Amino acid sequence: MVSFRINSEEVSFDGDPGTPLLWVIRDHLRLRGTKFGCGIGQCGACTVHVDGAAQRSCVVPVSTIEGRNVTTIEGLAPSDNALHPVQQAWLEHDVPQCGYCQAGQIMAAVDFLKRNPEPSDADIDNNITNICRCGTYVRIRKAIHRAAELTAGEKS
Amino acid sequence: MNAVPGNHRFTRRQVLIAGIGAAGSLVVGLPTFAYEEEGERMIGFFIQINPDGSVVIGCKDPEIGQGLRTAVPMLVAEELDVDWRKVRIEQMPLGIVKTADGYTWKYGGGQGVGGSTGLTSNWELMRQIGAGARRQLILAAARRLGVDASECGTRPGYVVCASRDAEVPYSELVVEAAALPTSDEPAPLKAMGDYRIVGTRRNTIDARDIVTGKAMYGIDTVQPDMRYAVIARAPVLNARVKSFDDAKARAIEGVLDVFRIDGPQPGEPYVILASGVAVVATSTWAAMQGRAALDIEWEASPNSSDSSERFWRENEEMLEGDGQVVLDDGDYDAAMAASAKTIRRRYRVPFVSHAPLEPQNCYAFVKADECHIIAPTQMPAGASRAAHAVTGIPRENIRVEMTRVGGGFGRRLTNDYVAEAAMVSKKTGWPIKLQWSREDDIKNDFYRPGGLHEMHAGIDADGRITAWAQRLASGSKYYRRPDMPDENLYQAELYVDDFPRRIVDNVRMEYFHNAIGLPRGSWRAPAHTANAFVIQSFIDEIAHETGQDPLQLRLDLLGESRELEYSGHGGPTFNPGRLARLLRFVAERIDYGRRLPKGRGIGLATHFTFGGYAAHAMEVTVADGRLTIERIVAAMDCGYAVHPNGVDAQLQGGTIDGLSTALGLEITVRDGRVQQNNFDDYPLARIAVVPSLFETHILNYDDVPTGVGEIGIPSAAPALTNAIFAATGKRIRNLPIRDQLADGKQVDMTSMASQVV
Repeated sequence: MVSFRINSEEVSFDGDPGTPLLWVIRDHLRLRGTKFGCGIGQCGACTVHVDGAAQRSCVVPVSTIEGRNVTTIEGLAPSDNALHPVQQAWLEHDVPQCGYCQAGQIMAAVDFLKRNPEPSDADIDNNITNICRCGTYVRIRKAIHRAAELTAGEKS
Repeated sequence: MNAVPGNHRFTRRQVLIAGIGAAGSLVVGLPTFAYEEEGERMIGFFIQINPDGSVVIGCKDPEIGQGLRTAVPMLVAEELDVDWRKVRIEQMPLGIVKTADGYTWKYGGGQGVGGSTGLTSNWELMRQIGAGARRQLILAAARRLGVDASECGTRPGYVVCASRDAEVPYSELVVEAAALPTSDEPAPLKAMGDYRIVGTRRNTIDARDIVTGKAMYGIDTVQPDMRYAVIARAPVLNARVKSFDDAKARAIEGVLDVFRIDGPQPGEPYVILASGVAVVATSTWAAMQGRAALDIEWEASPNSSDSSERFWRENEEMLEGDGQVVLDDGDYDAAMAASAKTIRRRYRVPFVSHAPLEPQNCYAFVKADECHIIAPTQMPAGASRAAHAVTGIPRENIRVEMTRVGGGFGRRLTNDYVAEAAMVSKKTGWPIKLQWSREDDIKNDFYRPGGLHEMHAGIDADGRITAWAQRLASGSKYYRRPDMPDENLYQAELYVDDFPRRIVDNVRMEYFHNAIGLPRGSWRAPAHTANAFVIQSFIDEIAHETGQDPLQLRLDLLGESRELEYSGHGGPTFNPGRLARLLRFVAERIDYGRRLPKGRGIGLATHFTFGGYAAHAMEVTVADGRLTIERIVAAMDCGYAVHPNGVDAQLQGGTIDGLSTALGLEITVRDGRVQQNNFDDYPLARIAVVPSLFETHILNYDDVPTGVGEIGIPSAAPALTNAIFAATGKRIRNLPIRDQLADGKQVDMTSMASQVV
């Protein structure tokens, strides 16, 4: 039995402890905003936060998150009516096309901006490695810069 | 907004089909069946007006990322005259109705997206749906107020009657309006100049659901008692199961059933392609674990010696002989003989995979005489046919629902995964969600055909092109199709009316079909990606070989605005002057012709695709074998931009798709096995490839909208390789570019895609 918190709720899983966190989140907890793209940690569609750090949940065995805090895209916004600044920036730049990778992109960007509050384009290029098959990269880059501005504005 | 699949506000009804024309024809006015059922509050199939004034607009076609769910309802909302902020969109299911001799569309227009037709096929129909409903609302208000309808107009959400100084909200009129008889006359449409929604900058309607994780895709389908299935697929093309041992698989906790799936005989038309062993379990992971524990022995396959090496060698050999002449304008041989100079070049375009980010999946529940399908598909009617083929259930008893789709790119035109799910459900009797892994997807695709193109040009003493030939050896996209004569295989690969036909007098095209076992299908903009690369590279080579400027030579050939006959998809005409206009624009924007330092260059390309026009200018630096894309200017002429934000998005995305594919993507085969597995060895471009200086422009020539989903990709790759030539003098004739600039130094493909190129 593995117990952890997801989006501030206590949950437990009593299946195969080797099950990737992704499939526990999707099939057992029914939080379907976190997507399956590759299963080998390449594309980042499954990115969630474990204790605040971005992790590709398709390669994280659920056994390793005992007692830890997981945040998924559904738990990112402070409330139903509000958005996280990264989500807000994503809307302002109308980033999504098919949208399938975007939850992962946003979760990756949130963690990245915590470590790089004022990123350059090169910082983004060197750190954001999630795949977008539709090629929304032009807008992702702009949205990350915008999110940095929004976050700085909130703090000041 | 994007409800959990299966939870539709649109109730299914038995309807009369009177008033609907033949399949795909335009319904004039409203569908003639309006609903007076209590609480329905709908006018026709597409419009529901709620008591609070909010409006639900049905979208009959699937959203695959092309923006159709935003663009098409904009047409309805515009003519209906409602506040866009009060509009919600619902995905409608497949609607087909049985007729005496087959099936027809229930909703008055076809359902499905491919060939960049989603917008054009809805342009007349959906404006008419909106305008027709508005007319009904006006009639209802006029009756209530006791005035003539001509005394009434509308403002968003209200019928307005100036003579009575009255306004009636649509929400109070809808039930009455729906019950009134409809007119056979088309409703008058707004003048384009009066548009408030269409043509304006609007966000993707589902953006908020997407960024909050609420948007639901096929993979997110959950239904009562649903089981999860995966299929162990043959590792060798067309191999079939000889025997298997499932003892270890059945011992995995959660595994419920294991059984054999018989694929089609090699070479036969297919509904499913998979031959293999299905594993059904209580979760996706258990099914995957069960599959990993299978021990399968495979029969020998007729394709077990297929290899890319042999395919490419055979293409070379074929081009030494005579092929099928599919176009022979003028007197090509005489023109070549009379030319002052001839140029011959060969270009290689590889097989590539669609790799949509949402791996294939499908929900199916097959009962004795009915079937329920929920699928991410581009062609829901094809899903219905596929389910029918494997279950025998009449199509009118097969309910097909569409989800939002995590990328299409042409892969989901083929519904093999739908048939697989239906087959597994039929065998088990359970509701099944079939899930593919990424490896399943990369290895079991209908790939963009690879081909070797040989180009010839005859040039006169003044540098004019007097003769032109394209000779292509490839595997045709028309793969294992029933009733497809060999002599038509070329049609999918050589588009005979493409530039420079009717501009150069003597043009020959020749095709050689090389039947490799790799499945082939439609990949975004199909053969245009190959042909634009080849033609726009060759023009560039001719310019450099004859001492002409690559821009000027293109402009000389394209010439002024005029309509040339174009019999292919996107016709009936092609206006080369529209390409010239875009090309001039992107060249000017990027300051083409300025002196550049060594290792830096600008490349241009332009192409006409499915009715739309695009041009690219790219500036690159190549230093120490490393390529950096410095700047991109892309322009599109789509006639009229209904949803400009979406047009920009498609131009950006199409350009990046073109670059990603040209830089590092290829599918290869050895011993009948696809050698690529996942994104580590099939390295889609990441953000670092895309320059910060990237601008898109919409430069419309007239006011007739074309599709946009495929227009932006074909000219991207040749603009890049032409820029590389300008920078280095190295001509890329062999895609993907991969490590060709590294002067023999090994370049790690993964790092090339993920780091600064």
